[in-house]
Amino acid sequence: MSRNLLSTSLITLLGLGLHSPLLTADSNNLATSMLVDTCITCHGPAGSSQGPAIPNIAGTAHDTFMATMQHYQTGERHGTIMNRIAKGYSNDELEVMAKYFSSQPVVRATQEIDAEKAEVGAALHKEYCEECHVNGGFKDEDGANVLAGQWLPYLQFNLADFHAKKRDMPAKMRKHMEKMVAEHGEASLEQLAHYYASEVKQP
Amino acid sequence: MSTMNRRQFLQTSAGAMAISALGVPSFAAAKKASGGRVVVVGGGAGGTIAAKYIRKADPSIEVTLIEKNADYYTCFMSNEVLGGDRSLDSIKFNYQGLAAHGINVVQEMATAIDPAAKTVTTASGQSFSYDKLVVSPGVSLIYDGVEGYSKAASERLPHAWKAGAQTQLLRQQLVDMKDGGVVIIAPPANPFRCPPGPYERASQIAHYLKNNKPKSKILILDAKEKFSKQGLFVQAWEKLYGYGTENSLIEWLPPSAQGEVKRVDVTAMTVYAGEFEDKHTADVINIIPPQKAGKIAIDSGLTDDSGWCPVDKKTFESSLHPDVHVIGDACIATSMPKSGYSANSQGKVCAAAIVAALQGKEMVVPSYVNTCYSIVGEDYGISVADVYRLQEDKIAAVEGAGGLTPSDASPEDLRREVAYAYSWYNNITTDMFS
Repeated sequence: MSRNLLSTSLITLLGLGLHSPLLTADSNNLATSMLVDTCITCHGPAGSSQGPAIPNIAGTAHDTFMATMQHYQTGERHGTIMNRIAKGYSNDELEVMAKYFSSQPVVRATQEIDAEKAEVGAALHKEYCEECHVNGGFKDEDGANVLAGQWLPYLQFNLADFHAKKRDMPAKMRKHMEKMVAEHGEASLEQLAHYYASEVKQP
Repeated sequence: MSTMNRRQFLQTSAGAMAISALGVPSFAAAKKASGGRVVVVGGGAGGTIAAKYIRKADPSIEVTLIEKNADYYTCFMSNEVLGGDRSLDSIKFNYQGLAAHGINVVQEMATAIDPAAKTVTTASGQSFSYDKLVVSPGVSLIYDGVEGYSKAASERLPHAWKAGAQTQLLRQQLVDMKDGGVVIIAPPANPFRCPPGPYERASQIAHYLKNNKPKSKILILDAKEKFSKQGLFVQAWEKLYGYGTENSLIEWLPPSAQGEVKRVDVTAMTVYAGEFEDKHTADVINIIPPQKAGKIAIDSGLTDDSGWCPVDKKTFESSLHPDVHVIGDACIATSMPKSGYSANSQGKVCAAAIVAALQGKEMVVPSYVNTCYSIVGEDYGISVADVYRLQEDKIAAVEGAGGLTPSDASPEDLRREVAYAYSWYNNITTDMFS
C-alpha cells in the first residue's frame, strides 16, 4: 500500500472517531513539563514544597526566578546545592521554568511555629519590612519574593545569610535590617522567620 | 491496514494531524475514546512516576500499574532506620494516591512479557495487553555471586539492599549486638544500586554505635578500590568517627588491602577475604551481593550480556524489543547512577516519550537530573547532583554544573544539607505516591 493511500484511509478512520489521541495536550506542554518536572522532584507538586526546608518556588515572579537562578549560576548567591544545579540550565530553559512557576499558586502548609515569636515578628514586619514586602509578603512584587508560608528553616537560613552578609540585598533592605537588629537584637530575625512561616491564610 | 504496525500507524496519523490543524471539524469528536493502553511493571521510584506522569500529560491514556506488594518501603532513607533515627513505618507507602490519578493498580506479580503479542502475564494468570510497556523492575540480587551466600543465608546475614523486612532484620541485629561487637559490611563491585549507599550505611551504623556501643567496630570489606563520594565520606569519618586512628569506628579494606570477599561461612559468622583468605569473624554481617536487572527483565530478553537493559537514551525504549521501555536501576543510562532520583527523572523522560508516541508527535528534548544526599552523622549531610543532556546517543552531565558538596563546606552548610535531604525525601515520595 502506498503511503498516500494509507493516509487517506486513516483520515477516513479518524473522521469516524476510531483513533483519537491527537487533540490532547500539545507538544509545548510536553516540553514545559519535561523541564519543570525536573524541579518538582525536590520542590514539590507545582513548586509547593512538602518541607521542612526546601522552599516553595510556586508564585515566584518571573524576574525574581531568573535573577535567583542567575545569581546561583554566577556564585553571587551562596547555596548548598542549588548553585551546582542552576549551572546545568540555559537561559532559555530557565525562561520556561520562570514562566511556569510564576503562574502557580502557592499551597501553604501549616508548620509548627512559636506563636509568641510570630506575634513579635508581625510587629517587626510592620515596622521594618512592610514598605517593600507588601500585604504580609503573600505575593512576589518587585522582586520581594513570596515570604508568607515559606518554610521556617529556609527563612532562618536566609535571614542568617543576609545578616552575615553572605547574601546580597538592596541597600535599603540592609539599612532596615541593620536598624532592626540594632534595636531589637538578633532574636528579631528569628521572630520574623516565625511570623512569615505562620502566614498560611491571607487575611 | 493489517500489515501496518503501530509505529507506522502513528507516523501516518501524525501526518494526518497536520490536516486536522487546518481545521477538519470531524476530528474533534474523536477526543473521548482511549488514547492508548500503557502497562507499567514495578511500582518503585521509576514505575510510579512513569504511570503518574503519563496520566497527567494525557488522561485519555489508560494506565495499569502491576506491583506485587501492597506496601512500598523506600530504599532511600532506609540507612537512617539502621542508624535508629527513623522508624521503618516512616519509609512505608502505599498506592492509593496513584489509584486516585485513575491508574489501574493491580497488586500482583508480573511473571512474563510477550513482546510479540504485546501482553504481560501475572502470577494468577491474568493477561494485560499494551500499546506501550514500561518495565521498572529494579535490581535482582545475585546471591551466589558471593560463595557461601544464598537467599536462605540472607535471613542470617541480611543484605538489606531492598528495604522492608531485611532492613528491620539488620536493625534488630545491631540492637541485639553487644558493645565491642564487630559489624562487617561487604559492598559489591560496580555497577550496583545506590553507589554511595554502603558508605552512608557504614556512617549511619557508626552514628548508632558511637552513641550506644562505642567499643564496637565496622569493617568494610570492599570489592573495589574507590567508591562514590569517597573524599567526602572519609573526611566525615575522620571528623565524626575517628577514621584513620587506632580507635576508629570504621575500617575500610579495598582489594589492595585484602578486602575483597572470597567466601562466607554462614554458621561460623565468618568472612574470608583477600588473596590469602584472611579470616574475619563478626557479630553482624551485611553482605550486599552483586546485582543485575530485575528478574522479569532478564526472563523477557530485555538484558544484554552485562545483565542490564540497553535502551534508547532519548526514550528509554529497549534496544532489544520495540514498544517496551526500561527505566531505573535495570537500564543502562550511561553516566546516570542507579539512584532513586535517576529513576524518577527517567520515568518522566519515558512518560513524555510514550505520550508523544501515542499522540503521534515528536518526542521533546529530554532533560535529566540526579540529586543524591547521604546523611553521614548528626547535622552532617553531603550530596552529589548533576544535570544531564542527550549528546548523540549518550546521557552526558552538563560540564561545569553539578558535582559534589565542596570539601571545604562549612559546618552550617553540612547541617543545612541534612534539612534539605529530609525535604528531598518528602518531595520525592510525594511525587511518587500522591
